[in-house]
Amino acid sequence: MTATRPEPATGPVLDAHLAVDRGTFRLDVRLRIGAGEVVALLGPNGAGKTTALRALAGLQPLTAGHVTLAGRDLDRSDGRLRTPTERRPIGVVFQDYLLFPHLTALDNVAFGPRRHGVDRRTAHRTAAEWLHRVGLAEQARRKPRQLSGGQAQRVALARALALDPVLLLLDEPLAALDAGTRLDTRAELHRHLAAHPGATLLVTHDPLDALVLADRLVIIEHGRVVQEGDAASITAQPRTDYVARLVGLNLYRGTADGHSVRMGSGFALTAADRVHGDAFVAFPPSAVALHPHRPDGSPRNTWPATITGLQRHGDNLRVQLAGPIGVAADITPAAAAHLHLTTGQQVWVAVKAAETRAYPADTRPTT
Amino acid sequence: MVRIDERNAAVEPRPARPPRRRHTQRVPVALLLPAVAGLAFLVLPLAGLVVRAPWATLWQRLTEPGALTALRLSLQTATVATLVCLALGVPLAWLLARVEFPGRRVVRALVTVPLVLPPVVGGVALLLVFGRKGLLGTWLDAAVGVTLPFTTTGVVVAEAFVAMPFLVIAVEGALRGADTRFEEAAATLGAGRWTTFTHVTLPLIAPGIAAGGVLCWARALGEFGATITFAGNYPGITQTMPLAVYQTMEGGDLSGAVVLSLILLIVSVTILAALRDKWITSG
Repeated sequence: MTATRPEPATGPVLDAHLAVDRGTFRLDVRLRIGAGEVVALLGPNGAGKTTALRALAGLQPLTAGHVTLAGRDLDRSDGRLRTPTERRPIGVVFQDYLLFPHLTALDNVAFGPRRHGVDRRTAHRTAAEWLHRVGLAEQARRKPRQLSGGQAQRVALARALALDPVLLLLDEPLAALDAGTRLDTRAELHRHLAAHPGATLLVTHDPLDALVLADRLVIIEHGRVVQEGDAASITAQPRTDYVARLVGLNLYRGTADGHSVRMGSGFALTAADRVHGDAFVAFPPSAVALHPHRPDGSPRNTWPATITGLQRHGDNLRVQLAGPIGVAADITPAAAAHLHLTTGQQVWVAVKAAETRAYPADTRPTT
Repeated sequence: MVRIDERNAAVEPRPARPPRRRHTQRVPVALLLPAVAGLAFLVLPLAGLVVRAPWATLWQRLTEPGALTALRLSLQTATVATLVCLALGVPLAWLLARVEFPGRRVVRALVTVPLVLPPVVGGVALLLVFGRKGLLGTWLDAAVGVTLPFTTTGVVVAEAFVAMPFLVIAVEGALRGADTRFEEAAATLGAGRWTTFTHVTLPLIAPGIAAGGVLCWARALGEFGATITFAGNYPGITQTMPLAVYQTMEGGDLSGAVVLSLILLIVSVTILAALRDKWITSG
């Protein structure tokens, strides 16, 4: 496990094209990750995230494509090369950790070094160092069933990192933890991932995990990459309903002509940006105001709508509205009390053009 | 374990468990009567052995050389047969549980045949293969100079043949119940298939192997039909306890047969109980 890492200038550590056919489901994803970079693979359930992770680890054969790690081909469908899982310099933290129940925390972490020919004493010393690093020196002699969820997660991380992997894979690393533990463990995990010199791919369906832990997000739906970029660009300009919901924006697609974007139904929104052709329009629920009557004055985007749902959202009230376009609005409790909001009520929706962003839809996500 | 309980309680206060209610529902007579009858049916014959045992002369009969020889041979052959079954049966169970190959269902059915085959028929079949003029026996005799029938090794062969399916079925069940993702985790840490088997799979299914081994040993200890057919009934060489009981009975010595039976019963129950405490429950 002493594969030499290339200098960052020589290109990405991981260069993969994962194509997997499984009956009706087809995964087709290209991934490139640099040294020290943390990439989150984010997507709804069934999008193919775990399949992609298993394909990288060699636990799921590729139908086509390739996996190249640190300049070395691990999988090549054309040349029929397939490196078995145990010979890949890849560490995996599984969703429910899969710590070996018959081994102590120390022996779990020492398992990898031992399999790579390290003698028992050295392996135990390495393992003890790693347990110390994740703050579990005291728990070294415990069996997995005597560890809390957060502790087990850290042992699993130490076990994967003890081999100094060129690529670290994490499958929903925080999903099995309760809310309180998750906060601490997420911060802890962030520290260790930042210190990891190799490439890291984090699979998650939790946007918060992705935004906190990753340098770059790759969002997949139905086995395809739908959007890719850093947190700021994705939260500012979502390209699918799923991403818009993740980042909490109202998102529409239409044909732009200057500041006006016209939907298929003929309904038009006015945006702050000038765009032409196929375009997205997005605005946050907080930019939506509700009025009992048609408002006078500045807002350009106003239309009548019917309330279809009300629910708490943080300190505010999230109001779902049906009309020419479906929209979500965040209303303060005071405003809600003033309007006497109820489901089925008719109201007027107003969205400030200044808070409405428009951007072209036809640029392909950069790969 | 206390620690874990405390942690769970801290996260999510567990509601006080309602007091366990006992005997609130009467056991239906339609179930109780056959259950008691079944228990009596299983226990009464054993009680009969104890009641009819010639207690006055028991010690003298116990120390008769024939009885002890047969007992030692029984324990030795059953143990060796179990070791043989473990060495061959665990890999066979792994193959059946973990490797997809054409005809796997047929192989699995074949493995269980000795379970339904009358042991005497098994003994005849063993003679046809391993007998002096048998399919493999001829070659064994000529090439290696090994003769199995009517030897102590033959006893082990007969017992292993009859007992191995018990082990294979128990271990295969344990393998199927074990989470294969632990084996995937081992692979990501650099363990090949063999190391994964010895370092991860075997420890995970150890309780299943122990249970299968105990079943296998118990079956081998009680083996009669295949042994007497294939290995014969020579005191000191192939006469195990069940054979000795049968011969003593045939010779008209009922109380002798009772003593031998009692010894076999006490020894096997003691060993099984000890193993159960040590392996089965702790696993």
